[in-house]
Amino acid sequence: MGRVEYWGEHGMSDLHKISVTINGEAIRASVPARLNLVDFIRTEAGLTGSHVGCEHGVCGACTIEVDGAMVRGCLMLAVQADGATVTTVEGFADSDFGPALQEAFQNNHALQCGYCTPGMLASALEYLRGVRSSATGPDRAAIRDHISGNYCRCTGYQSIVNAIAEVATSKAEGKS
Amino acid sequence: MKAPDFRYERPTDVEAALALLADGDAAVLAGGQSLMPMMNFRLARPQVLVDLNRIDGLAGIAEDGEALRIGAMTRYADLAGSDLIATYAPLIARALPHIAHPAIRNRGTIGGSVALADPAAEMPALLMAMGAQIALRSTSGMREVAADDFFLGLYETARAEDELVTEIIVPKPAPGTRHGFYELARRHGDYAMAGVALAVGEAVRVAFFAVSDHALRAPEAEAALASGDIDAAAAGLEGLDFHADPNADVATKKHLAGVVLRRAWAGSSTGGNTA
Ligand SMILES: Cc1cc2nc3c(=O)[nH]c(=O)nc-3n(C[C@H](O)[C@H](O)[C@H](O)COP(=O)(O)OP(=O)(O)OC[C@H]3O[C@@H](n4cnc5c(N)ncnc54)[C@H](O)[C@@H]3O)c2cc1C
Ligand code: FES
Ligand code: FES
Repeated sequence: MGRVEYWGEHGMSDLHKISVTINGEAIRASVPARLNLVDFIRTEAGLTGSHVGCEHGVCGACTIEVDGAMVRGCLMLAVQADGATVTTVEGFADSDFGPALQEAFQNNHALQCGYCTPGMLASALEYLRGVRSSATGPDRAAIRDHISGNYCRCTGYQSIVNAIAEVATSKAEGKS
Repeated sequence: MKAPDFRYERPTDVEAALALLADGDAAVLAGGQSLMPMMNFRLARPQVLVDLNRIDGLAGIAEDGEALRIGAMTRYADLAGSDLIATYAPLIARALPHIAHPAIRNRGTIGGSVALADPAAEMPALLMAMGAQIALRSTSGMREVAADDFFLGLYETARAEDELVTEIIVPKPAPGTRHGFYELARRHGDYAMAGVALAVGEAVRVAFFAVSDHALRAPEAEAALASGDIDAAAAGLEGLDFHADPNADVATKKHLAGVVLRRAWAGSSTGGNTA
C-alpha cells in the first residue's frame, strides 16, 4: 500500500507535517489528515506488527501505547500523534513486562494465528502495570475485564488469561 | 473502511474552536471513540474536523462549593482515577467500569458522550440521576442546560451545531443519599441492553438508558422509591416510552427495565463509591 491510497477524493488532501517517536526512533513525515495512526505505523513507518481488524474500535488488534496509555490505533489520526511517543508490539519486547509476557504467551500457548496478539499484549501490559501485588494471587476476573476489548478468534481466551496470570503471579512474588 | 477526506484544525484555545464551529460544517473531535468509527463507516462526513485535544483548560475536575465542575475533555480514565469523583459523584465511579473497555476509556471523554447522546450510553442517564447541568458555549455566548432538558432523542440534544460542550456541573449529593447503578450487557464493556442509575435522598431521581431512544427519567418509579416501595416502583415503569433496538423488542426492554431497577435498588448504598 502506497501513500497514494489516502489521497482525498479530488486528488487533494490536507497535508500535515508531524514528528513522532516510535519505539525510540524519531520519525518526521508529511501525512494526509485522514490517515489513521495504525495505518501510518504500518505503511509509513514500516512496522507491521500492529494489526488492523475492524477499523471501528471493537476488535482491539490495533491497540498501541501513545504517551503511556494504551489506545486504539484505528481511532486516532496520525496527525494527532504529532509530538507523541508511541510504542508498538515491536517495542514491547524491550519494556518492563515485555520479556516475561513473551515467555508466558509461549509457554501457555496463548496465541494461535497471532492476529490478536499485538493488541492483547498491549492490554496485558497495561493490566500488569496497574495491578497491585496481592497475597491472594492473580485476579482472573480482573484480567478478563481488562482484555474484554480484545477479540481473539482462536484461543478461547483461557490460555491468554493463564499467561497474564502467570506474569502477575511472578510480579506479586517480586520476580519481575 | 477509511475516513473520507476533511480539513484538520487543531486550535489551542476555546475561542478559536468556537470561531471554526461558527463557520459551519465542522465537527468537533474529542476522544474520537465514536466520531472516528462513524467517519470510517462514512456515516459522518464533516468538511472540517476541529480537534479539541490541544486546548488547555477543557479537561479537569474541580470542586466548586456545592458542585463539581468537570471539563468536557476529561477522559473516562481520569474520572476513574479521581478522588473527587469517588467522593462526590459515586454514581459515575460505579458506572465507569461498564463504559467500554480500558483502551477506549483512555481516550473517550465525558463531553463527547454528552454531545453524542447515544441511547445506550451510561453518561446521559448518570447526569440525569445526579441532577447535573451541561454548560455550552458559542461565539454568541454561554448557557447552562439541565441534563433533564438536554437529551431529546436518538443522538439528538439541545446543543446547537455551533455550540461546544465546555463543562458538566454535578451537584454534590445531600448527605445520606442512596445511590444505585445496574446494567445488563452481552459482554462486559459493551453497550448495555438495559440499565438504570438512581439517587434516593432529599430528591429522588431514577434514570434509565438503553431502553428508549434517549435516557429517560421514570417519575412514577421515583415517587414509589421515595417511600422505599420497590414493587410499586417496578410496576410504575409500565408507562415509560420504551423503544426496541437490534438487541431486544419493546416487551423485552420493559421486562429488563424492571430487572435492572430491582438489582440497582438491591445494590444501592449511601456514601462514596463502594463498587
Ligand atoms: C468498542 C467500543 C465500545 C464502547 N462502549 C461504550 C459503552 O459501553 N458505553 C458508552 O457510553 N460508550 C461506549 N463507547 C463510546 C465511547 O464512550 C465514546 O468515547 C463516547 O461516546 C464519545 O466520546 P468521545 O470523546 O470519544 O467523542 P467523539 O467520538 O470525539 O465525539 C462524539 C460526538 O460528539 C461531538 N463532540 C465531542 N465532544 C464535544 C464537545 N465538547 N462539544 C460539542 N460536541 C462534541 C463530536 O463532534 C461527535 O459528534 C464505546 C466505543 C467503542 C469504540
Ligand atoms: S482495528 Fe482498531 S479496534 Fe479493530
Ligand atoms: S490467536 Fe488468532 S485471533 Fe487470537
